[in-house]
Amino acid sequence: MSDRISRADVEHVAALARLTLDDDELDRLAGELGVILDHAEDVAALDLTDVAPTAHPLPLVNVLRADEVRPTLDRDEVLEAAPAAEDGRFRVPRILDAP
Amino acid sequence: MTAPGGDAAIDVARAVRSGEQKARDVVDERLDLVATRDPELHALLLVLGDQARTAADEIDARVAAGEDPGPLAGVPVVLKDNLCVRGVPTSAGSKILDGWRPPYTATVVDRIVEAGGIVLAKANLDEFAMGSSTENSAFGPTRNPHDPTRVAGGSSGGSAASVAAGFAPLALGSDTGGSIRQPASLCGVVGVKPTYGAVSRYGLIAFASSLDQIGPFATTVADAALLLDVVGGHDPLDSTSIASGVERVTPRLDQGVAGLRIGVVQELTDVDGVQPEVRAAVAAAVDVLTAAGAVVETVSVPSTVYGLSAYYLIAPAEASSNLARYDGVRYGLRVDGEDVAEMNGRTRAAGFGPEVKRRIMLGTYALSAGYYDAYYGQAQRVRTLIIEDFRAAYERFDALLSPTSPTTAFEIGAKVSDPLSMYLSDICTIPTNLAGHAAISVPFGVDDAGLPIGVQVLADALGEPTMFRVAQVLEDGAPAGSGGVAP
Amino acid sequence: MTGAVRYEPVIGLEVHCELATATKLFCGCPNEFGSDPNTNVCPICLGLPGSLPVLNERVVEFALRFAHALRFDVPEQSIFARKNYFYPDMPKDYQVSQYEAPILVDGVLDVDGTTVRIERAHLEEDTGKTLHMGGGGRIHDAEYSLVDYNRAGVPLMEIVSRPDITSAEQARGYASELRAVLSALGVSDVKMEEGSMRVDANVSVRIVGTEELGTKVEVKNMNSLRSLGRAIDHEIERQVAMCEAGERIVQETRHWDEDEGVTHGMRSKEGSSDYRYFPEPDLVPVAPTDEQRAAARDSVPELPAAHRDRLVAEWGISEADARVLLDVPGLPGFAEAAVAVLGGGTAKDVVNWCTGDVLAHLNETGLSPEVLPLAPDGLAELVGLVADGTLSRNLAKDVLGEALREPKRPKQIVEERGLAQESDEGALAEVIDGILAANPDVVAAYRAGDDKERKKKRGFFMGEAMKATRGSGNPNTLSRLLGERLDG
Ligand SMILES: [Mg+2]
Ligand SMILES: [Zn+2]
Repeated sequence: MSDRISRADVEHVAALARLTLDDDELDRLAGELGVILDHAEDVAALDLTDVAPTAHPLPLVNVLRADEVRPTLDRDEVLEAAPAAEDGRFRVPRILDAP
Repeated sequence: MTAPGGDAAIDVARAVRSGEQKARDVVDERLDLVATRDPELHALLLVLGDQARTAADEIDARVAAGEDPGPLAGVPVVLKDNLCVRGVPTSAGSKILDGWRPPYTATVVDRIVEAGGIVLAKANLDEFAMGSSTENSAFGPTRNPHDPTRVAGGSSGGSAASVAAGFAPLALGSDTGGSIRQPASLCGVVGVKPTYGAVSRYGLIAFASSLDQIGPFATTVADAALLLDVVGGHDPLDSTSIASGVERVTPRLDQGVAGLRIGVVQELTDVDGVQPEVRAAVAAAVDVLTAAGAVVETVSVPSTVYGLSAYYLIAPAEASSNLARYDGVRYGLRVDGEDVAEMNGRTRAAGFGPEVKRRIMLGTYALSAGYYDAYYGQAQRVRTLIIEDFRAAYERFDALLSPTSPTTAFEIGAKVSDPLSMYLSDICTIPTNLAGHAAISVPFGVDDAGLPIGVQVLADALGEPTMFRVAQVLEDGAPAGSGGVAP
Repeated sequence: MTGAVRYEPVIGLEVHCELATATKLFCGCPNEFGSDPNTNVCPICLGLPGSLPVLNERVVEFALRFAHALRFDVPEQSIFARKNYFYPDMPKDYQVSQYEAPILVDGVLDVDGTTVRIERAHLEEDTGKTLHMGGGGRIHDAEYSLVDYNRAGVPLMEIVSRPDITSAEQARGYASELRAVLSALGVSDVKMEEGSMRVDANVSVRIVGTEELGTKVEVKNMNSLRSLGRAIDHEIERQVAMCEAGERIVQETRHWDEDEGVTHGMRSKEGSSDYRYFPEPDLVPVAPTDEQRAAARDSVPELPAAHRDRLVAEWGISEADARVLLDVPGLPGFAEAAVAVLGGGTAKDVVNWCTGDVLAHLNETGLSPEVLPLAPDGLAELVGLVADGTLSRNLAKDVLGEALREPKRPKQIVEERGLAQESDEGALAEVIDGILAANPDVVAAYRAGDDKERKKKRGFFMGEAMKATRGSGNPNTLSRLLGERLDG
């Protein structure tokens, strides 16, 4: 098992990813992520300072659409999918943190 | 008359268009097969029997009225369950979306229906297309029609198995790192990963946006060409859709390979753990191509050895962002909490399976402060290297050749506890996705246990016409017993 | 006090303005304020699985127009990125925004003779709106919240100044001038009250004479220029007091509370600022073509500074009046249209009415000039009626009040209410003679009185005369007739 990534790192990442993981999962993930990152070390170790990154395989630019209104969805259909709705809006539990 | 489920899509469409055969009979026959065989295979998550019969009756009525319903007239098509169809439950193989009915339809599905095709069923997949065996489906694994103790491959295992079992002559899957080609190889059918941007992704539930492509499964190369010609082409709803459109491939199928230069990619053929019969199949494929007049040589594409590592940084990074929206607010599962953050965290913990969580965690880590340059940034630079190396190879060769998968279908459960060994089954297919190029898997012989082997033909961006010429020659020259519907 | 340490503020402003397009940034849903909740939504702006964004070309056009106005550089390419964080008003739980490669860089805005440098302007999508239920509607005390995604995906341009601003007054000037420019360009409605222009301030203080910047605090939630000024002044005072007390200033975001006149620190989760930006793979780079750049240059109208100078020169109005006029979206055009069809009176008259009664009415009703029942030629008509003596200024005020509310031309109102000013000498002379005959004692007191007394009595007779004519008597004629009889 790799110790590349600590249990505390895993907890921090889980918080960023909004995943409520239990202790077993956190322990297991620390090991598994370590193994995968060990494998990725071949890439991390390369000297690629002169190589530009590729974000996208296509060399497309400037794909634009006209500023024209298109049909919207039916609100009932939209809210039917919602776990909770009220007054034409999506209902969520209270929000504690600011964005 | 062939065995049930054996008719190719081209033949079905021809017979239906001419009035020789009723679309309704085609659909009924395939639904019967599904009813008999799918309880064991579990290739399908949802069978749209009533809708398919109604659609078939409409096709028959149009034919009776002298209309031509189109090139897929009366052809049943199975869709991977990450393609949205309005009003039809679409799960992406995940509990987090269980029961969700999209209020819109994917572009590819609209095109199939416009061409007279009939949506028969939604196929099983690894959750959010993350996996290589369809064992990561929240709804249980799909079994291989050639040997139900073995996996169908993945992530589009349900689509591949459906075609191999004769449930439909055609299916659509999605391929992010090999998710069409590898299950096609393991199930003994044809599977195509088109050039990035050749087929619209609008309505495909995203895994890794810069790598995902939709593509066809079929029992023959010609059928795969037919479906690609229907679903491909520019779509204004997808910013990454190639505006110039894509040349139709069907007219190229009988052009042969005489004079084509074909390179066998050394790094994708001499991989660790490649099964001897797979290596032998590639050698036999080389003989077939040479005999047909192609010039075949070995070529090195050095940076492809870094493909797997780069892929397992880029794909999870994009996935971690793409899957953030499953938060229990607007659709799908919600597990309640005291506040919204707690609700989000619990919902995602309960709704995602272990592999999805692993990749979200890996991707979040690769993008996080302090690690971005070492992991995600570095992987993007490797992507540049791979593209440059392929460019050099395509200056000398018209197409490339390699195995599709290092092995044939493995036992169910054999790799579930070892993520890395599972990831290695995509080692030959991943570089194509990183480069945005095209590739096809063609059935080519079987191993000692009688399990199908696939050979992969790779082509440059928009190289589909050449790629299909090579694939057709390979299909024609493949050993007896390659491809077709599983016995 | 000599030798005491003195502090100076260093201020930078981040302005978010909603762009006045017909549709949202990445989908064809209407970009509309005030619709029923969750009716302007589609798979794309709801972030439904499988949906994909496509950029609105008008947004690029607007950004390029803005670039010419503020002398920005437009780099070869700009790139959208994903800003990843969880928040229920954000349908994808990431915001598509420009990060490393914004569409515009290095602009400038002249504010009352000084130049404020602008670091960048970039494009991004707006969030939905959240309603907090229970607990007095405040976010942290609420029992639960309700989300409306109509605003989600509305195009925003974020304009980030350099920390060149040195006072609350100058910050107001900057925001006001920026608002005028955006309005003149037609790229935004810039209504701070409706949130279509939102101004956040980065405030720090440092010891006068030092170069190093202090710890900056971001102040949010100001919904008028006035509250922007108050909030900055308050924040400067707070920080100076802390420095003088030897306390450390923490880098944080603070909310301005308009009622209490103070800023409050906002709770934020630890580590939540790791946004994991990466290039948005569903969009391709924006690379403005030469044609797009040229078209944008040609579409730039007269800018507020030049416009003000021209109005001062051509109309003879004060710089201050020009500023007030140009500060109201739609009002300069309204005034120009009225001046163009003026029969009698002056442009200055038009401006006085516009910045007086018309503006008061707009502020009171929240309407914009285009939707008033009074058209510009109606205002021109009113100015003409005053100029030719038909209406007194007071009567004109009444007529305008009605014309601003009812779809009636001023002449029509004058006719209906019989308001036309009475200038007929014979008729007015009869009125005066009647009043003098009915008040012999007052006439006697006038004749016996001193200057002061005479003035008072004269006022009495004028009042009686106006009463008798129900306000329509021409005051100049009445005054002359009265003088002839009393002093003649
Ligand atoms: Mg912003
Ligand atoms: Zn929309």
